[in-house]
Amino acid sequence: MKNVQEKTTHPVLIFWIIAGWVGFCLLPWYMVDGGLWSFEWLFDGYPFDDDYAPGLFLIAQGEKIWLAPLLVPLALPLLVLRRAKSDPLYARVLILAGALGFGYLIAQGFSIGIRGFNFDWLKALFGEPRIRQFGMGYGAMICAASFLFLLTQGVAARGAINGDVFVVSAIGGVITIVTAFVFFPIAKMLFAAFITEDGAYSISIFASKFFDDRLWGLGCFAGARCGAAWNSLFLAVLVGIITTVIGLCFALAVTRSSFRYKRAIRALTVLPIITPPFVIGLALILLFGLSGSITVFFADLFGIQPTRWLYGMPGVLIAQTLAFTPIAFLVLIGVVEGVSPSMEEAAQTLRANRWQTFRTVSLPLMRPGLANAFLLGFIESMADFGNPLVLGGNFDVLSTEIFFAIVGAQYDQGRAAVLAMVLLFFTLSAFYAQRAWLGKKSYTTVTGKGDAGVHPLMPKGLAVPVMAVALGWALFTAVVYVMIIYGSVVELWGVDNSLTFKHYVTAFSVRIEEEGIRWTGAAWDSFWTTIMIAAIAAPLTAAVGLVTAYLLTRQSFAGKNAFEFGTMLSFAIPGTVIGVSYILAFNVPPIEITGTGVILVISFIFRNMPVGVRAGIASMSQLDKSLDESSLTLGANSWQTFRRVILPLLRPAILAALVYSFVRAMTAISAVIFLVSARYDMATSYIIGRVENNDYGLAIAYSTTLIFVMLAAVGLLQLLVGRVQIGRRTQRGMETTK
Amino acid sequence: MSDALISSKAAPVRFEKVSKVFGKDVVAVDSLDLHVDAGKLVTLLGPSGCGKTTTLRMIAGLEMASSGRILIGDRDVTKLPATDRDVSMVFQSYALFPHMTVLENVMYGLTFSGFGKEEARSRALTGLNLVGLKGFDRRLPSELSGGQQQRVAVARALVLEPQVLLFDEPLSNLDAKLRRQVREDIRAIQQDLGLTVVYVTHDQEEALAVSDEIVVMRNAAIAQMGTPRQLYDAPNDRFVADFIGEANLLDCQIVSVDGDEATIDIDGFRHKLPSRGLPPGPATLAVRPSRLRIGTEEGIPATVAKATYVGVRMEYTLTGGFGQVFAVHDDVDQPLEPGAEIRMAFAEKGPVLLPQP
Repeated sequence: MKNVQEKTTHPVLIFWIIAGWVGFCLLPWYMVDGGLWSFEWLFDGYPFDDDYAPGLFLIAQGEKIWLAPLLVPLALPLLVLRRAKSDPLYARVLILAGALGFGYLIAQGFSIGIRGFNFDWLKALFGEPRIRQFGMGYGAMICAASFLFLLTQGVAARGAINGDVFVVSAIGGVITIVTAFVFFPIAKMLFAAFITEDGAYSISIFASKFFDDRLWGLGCFAGARCGAAWNSLFLAVLVGIITTVIGLCFALAVTRSSFRYKRAIRALTVLPIITPPFVIGLALILLFGLSGSITVFFADLFGIQPTRWLYGMPGVLIAQTLAFTPIAFLVLIGVVEGVSPSMEEAAQTLRANRWQTFRTVSLPLMRPGLANAFLLGFIESMADFGNPLVLGGNFDVLSTEIFFAIVGAQYDQGRAAVLAMVLLFFTLSAFYAQRAWLGKKSYTTVTGKGDAGVHPLMPKGLAVPVMAVALGWALFTAVVYVMIIYGSVVELWGVDNSLTFKHYVTAFSVRIEEEGIRWTGAAWDSFWTTIMIAAIAAPLTAAVGLVTAYLLTRQSFAGKNAFEFGTMLSFAIPGTVIGVSYILAFNVPPIEITGTGVILVISFIFRNMPVGVRAGIASMSQLDKSLDESSLTLGANSWQTFRRVILPLLRPAILAALVYSFVRAMTAISAVIFLVSARYDMATSYIIGRVENNDYGLAIAYSTTLIFVMLAAVGLLQLLVGRVQIGRRTQRGMETTK
Repeated sequence: MSDALISSKAAPVRFEKVSKVFGKDVVAVDSLDLHVDAGKLVTLLGPSGCGKTTTLRMIAGLEMASSGRILIGDRDVTKLPATDRDVSMVFQSYALFPHMTVLENVMYGLTFSGFGKEEARSRALTGLNLVGLKGFDRRLPSELSGGQQQRVAVARALVLEPQVLLFDEPLSNLDAKLRRQVREDIRAIQQDLGLTVVYVTHDQEEALAVSDEIVVMRNAAIAQMGTPRQLYDAPNDRFVADFIGEANLLDCQIVSVDGDEATIDIDGFRHKLPSRGLPPGPATLAVRPSRLRIGTEEGIPATVAKATYVGVRMEYTLTGGFGQVFAVHDDVDQPLEPGAEIRMAFAEKGPVLLPQP
């Protein structure tokens, strides 16, 4: 029942035209005080007050007349409303309107800042007028979106991607937001490294900061201190190697030993997800710090003076190894299980003994996985902020140095930018190496065909040390986590060891009064903010991630590889770098969101987006492509196919992405610490603040609470996903059930 | 059968010099000209990689032609995406949506075609009746057998009353017995409703059984097209002869041509048959195994190399100066023994002359 006559009504086009006009004529053009969720402006002088006026009113009042040209691209698409989509004029007008509007909007946004024109040549051209503008608000954002999607509809009408509006718009949308919130801040930060104090650009200022002794000094060989860059590099390499070795031990213990409590070891994999990164550091202080239990015990035993050996390289190394070993384990368990048992069995039937089999077949097949685990450990260590902050002492690493350059007494944006560049260079190199390595080698031998074999046990000579390392480390991890819980109920660690719930009461007390519950605890503010921000960020992260995953797995378009690389890039950008670049980029118009909750939400979306993308890709590639195709041949368009076929089948992936991004938003610290404000304080930065005030009890009690909240979230997820999978039929028409 | 709720809007399909190139230089379909008449079932047949599935997907709009024109009915659909074409397709894997019931699956396309919910529902139920699945509407696809899933997929495509219905190897996931029945069902529905169907398979027996016309493809182009009987009895070349049914290909010499009749010589044995325009000289003789006469008075000397009893008949492998041939014989009671020296000749009808490759 399709109308052979070509349609001349375009509901999507009409929607975006109306959106553009609404954004321009009705909504406040600039950012209103109190963030996006405040609607005070509705009753406070709207629409004539300058602060709340829509673009049209501003022009009418002769205020921001440079917004007037936007009326042209807003009006242009009205001309082609009645034209057919295949009419070349339709496509041309839409592309013109979209490109003009979007381009002009951005150009005016960047050229006119808080203090008038941003560029000297504009001042020269127009003189120094008394004009200024603020960050873009609802009106400007919706206008920009409208122009963007007019453009994509034009491009689609010209025949890109078979004229599929949804796919073209999705690509355009993802590219735009990734550019705005990943590439733009990074670029801005790179430029900041070249800016002198009086605002000019200079290579020498960059060079002087770059070749600073505090960055590259090699004094540690002569008894002094080494530069932060070398420290970071050295630490990251060590952490990479150690976590890989221990992770491999765990993986072997689980798959190739007769050890009985394998499930308990597998539970380790949950730990890094639910543990805020600096919590390990706190627990180590309780054990090995100046008044730590073990330190005190040995000091008493041997009558020696307790030392501060933990603070510095050793402490950070231990903490990071504890924190990141489960990640290496997670990677390696897949690899070790992926080695096809039949290969090993074949080797054995060819008269290799167990040790020879392991050495000549199993280990070489695992090698790419080992490299992958090493690089992940390397990147995580480089990017880690919490543990060095808590345990670093005089051992400077890049991530903390960046923090102190921005928030410390030195307040040197340029130096922060230079440090961030060095850090970014290290992590991107590792990221690139990882991709180049994995791109060339297929590292699993699982073919999807049934493989009935059983992994052989490890040879004796290997099993003993492997099990010793694995069990020893597991025990240590367990002790550390017990210490966290125990530490939260001790009055004052090392001084007064009596048990108390004081810290929990301080943090989470509530009073029930007549007008309801009063959240009197010190932590509630940051706790609710964290939950709210994480809850807002999670669905957005999942949505962006899944749409991106859909584009990557289901569509082919020019520049797809670059697109994928760009979206995965934020995986390799350390949080501190994101934090610094966001401060530098979003402190001024056109996007002025520092100090709001929006910037936190956005930073979480782009920090965690790769997780959503990965989850989406993994489960989408299990859905047969013929499902999409049959939906298309049945007359659904690609949006309807996405919504009615793909999304329902992806429910488990969506849930996983939701919970995972929620939990990660709660544990994140490195980017957050730059972006929080008095109004929007997050749990992790609150805890770090407590630690800096030596208020360990409260910090640990809060961390423990977070761990349990997140454990509950992850548990709930597993329950839900488990149930969903029972209801979801796995067949795709392939099997015959008779 | 149907209460006329499902009718046909069958339209012809025309390919004009259509090519499809993947990447830079992988030619999947090379300048194909094809015409499928309205209401006919045409099979695309060929070995894997010959371009038949790509051709089908270009009709569906799942692949876009690199050059050339595709018409469905009078309408040029070359640039139209799948959503906007009035074509539906039954997939090899059936591609039933696992999260929807049978009825929801069949209604899926109807809801996008502007039908109200009740109308869509009654049409879907009619469609299910048509394929013999009355009462299965509330089940999930996973609760059906393979053959039933297959029929749901057919019903889902049928109810849209498409101008063209496409089948992509629809029987390959069924067991041998079911295959025969389902293909007869498909053929019956197609003839009852007068649908235009394009059908892809690599099984020549299936193709012979269901088709009005068969298009044999090879290396991205059409090797031959015609009715099943034309292809079987008068293949154009060795490829088609060998691909459709089994054929023994023997080198022969055309000694003389008299009008339409040629006389050939193989190892001194002479045989008369239609010349098919070939001049005297070397040529190839294609003989179906059932068209070989074994143990005749006159004929080509041959030795029985192998004799196999397969129940309904005997199968022999014969060797001689011509090489090796495969023959079948209905006489199972007095089989020839391996090593026996015999003579063989050709049936009156059946053997055809092919040009020398």
